[in-house]
Amino acid sequence: MAEELPDPDSAPYWEGIAAGELRYQRCGACDAAIFYPRSICPVCGTPDPAWQVSAGEGVVHACSVIHRAPPVHKDEAPYVVALVDLAEGFRMMSRIVDCAPDAVAVGQNVRVVYRDDSDGKPAPYFAPAGEV
Amino acid sequence: MSLKKACAIAGVAESRLGVVPDSTVMTLQAEAMVAALAEAGLEKSDVDAVFSSGNWGRLPQLQAAEYLGIRPSYSDNTSVGGASFEFHLGHAAAAIQAGLCKVAVILYGSTQRSRRERRIFETHTDLGYQYEVPYGLPIPVGAYALAASRHMAQYGTTSEQMAELAVATRAWAQLNPAAYRRDPLTVDEVLASDMIASPLHRLDCCLVTDGGGCIVVVSPEIAKSMPKAPVWLLGQGEAHSHAQISEMPELTVTPAAQSGKRAFAMAGIKHGDLDVVEIYDSFTITVLLTLESLGFCKPGESGAFVTGGRTAPGGEFPLNTNGGGLSYCHPGQYGIFLLIEAVRQLRGECGDRQVADATLALASGTGGVLSSNSTCILGLE
Repeated sequence: MAEELPDPDSAPYWEGIAAGELRYQRCGACDAAIFYPRSICPVCGTPDPAWQVSAGEGVVHACSVIHRAPPVHKDEAPYVVALVDLAEGFRMMSRIVDCAPDAVAVGQNVRVVYRDDSDGKPAPYFAPAGEV
Repeated sequence: MSLKKACAIAGVAESRLGVVPDSTVMTLQAEAMVAALAEAGLEKSDVDAVFSSGNWGRLPQLQAAEYLGIRPSYSDNTSVGGASFEFHLGHAAAAIQAGLCKVAVILYGSTQRSRRERRIFETHTDLGYQYEVPYGLPIPVGAYALAASRHMAQYGTTSEQMAELAVATRAWAQLNPAAYRRDPLTVDEVLASDMIASPLHRLDCCLVTDGGGCIVVVSPEIAKSMPKAPVWLLGQGEAHSHAQISEMPELTVTPAAQSGKRAFAMAGIKHGDLDVVEIYDSFTITVLLTLESLGFCKPGESGAFVTGGRTAPGGEFPLNTNGGGLSYCHPGQYGIFLLIEAVRQLRGECGDRQVADATLALASGTGGVLSSNSTCILGLE
């Protein structure tokens, strides 16, 4: 991870992760859920969206089992990278953990869990959840 | 305002392709430019505009022009991944139409195979990427795999259907002496190749080669006195929607939906009027999604569309007739080769792989992680 992180846009997000909170933003004008964090709403252009906390419940929108991993993640393969749609209306990338990689499917319910990434920094991951 | 017939392509050329260890990005671009200018019957001193995109160097546009000895009065290094060159053609047309230049070269060169200098996807870890980097998605393949997984879940598209596209493309490569991979290929072989990022196998992925290309674009006035029949730009559209895959508005709809609409409207033609189609094939799924986004078939129907050798030699939909990025060459940013092949097909220069009586061609470039698209429609009249 680059030394310049977190940056002014991302600091509240990463502080949230360290505190066990998945934070996202919501536009005060058009009510759009915003991720990743920005200083302006990408939908309507209104500055300074408000920070909110997600319940961390979502659905797998797309997923891929990574067999040929980038060098720093080589020892972790195979693993599942997914795009997760959170119930609050935003989408983020993550990994699906605590299950067999081939068992993960599009449409599956997942719930956030916090793990350290390969740099020892906490990051949000998702694990299979029952019916929500 | 329309760009229809605002410019013509006067010369096209590849450099040496494949594995070219005794080269640099500069020598490959020089090789291609010399050949393309010779085809156009023009001198380097006639060139007053430069368009390029490089995934090497600090200031690739300045470095390339300096090396080649060009001091352009119009310059554009729009760099939106492999689609850059289709963007360049549209921008060159606009500049020529505005009277800002008369003879433009579009340039590309890469030695990524021999020198492993593939820097465009070098791990950027800041800004928007900080929210993706912890998860180890290999870029670009992993991003395309996510889109493929969505398409399969949403529409029932199969790995066999994606493999069909790879097989048909290889059959075209077998007819192209310049293609890198020319041995026969079967659907079973594609499915048996190593899984890279599910659902994409190794043979769903483009090649990694060296290579370069050049396209000479001229004003209608200059086109009148060209040695070869001019190939006209009839329509062009461009669009980009995101830089990283988690920000793609809809994983199964590419920016080609936007750019294609404008290109067809500008050219004033229908899909069925086209004789030959060149679509960026970074991965098999790229082609399926682009076919849908351009409107050649309905959303979700591209798997069935490419089945049964429809896009292979002799099929009813000649597609990627040089063997594509999958089997001919793919030096990092492949888009320039889509235009080169479209021009050669229209001129009737393609030998065994020639599509009979081709007068209208489409070249659609996709760059980044399904991020950018420019679609160009070319014709003889």
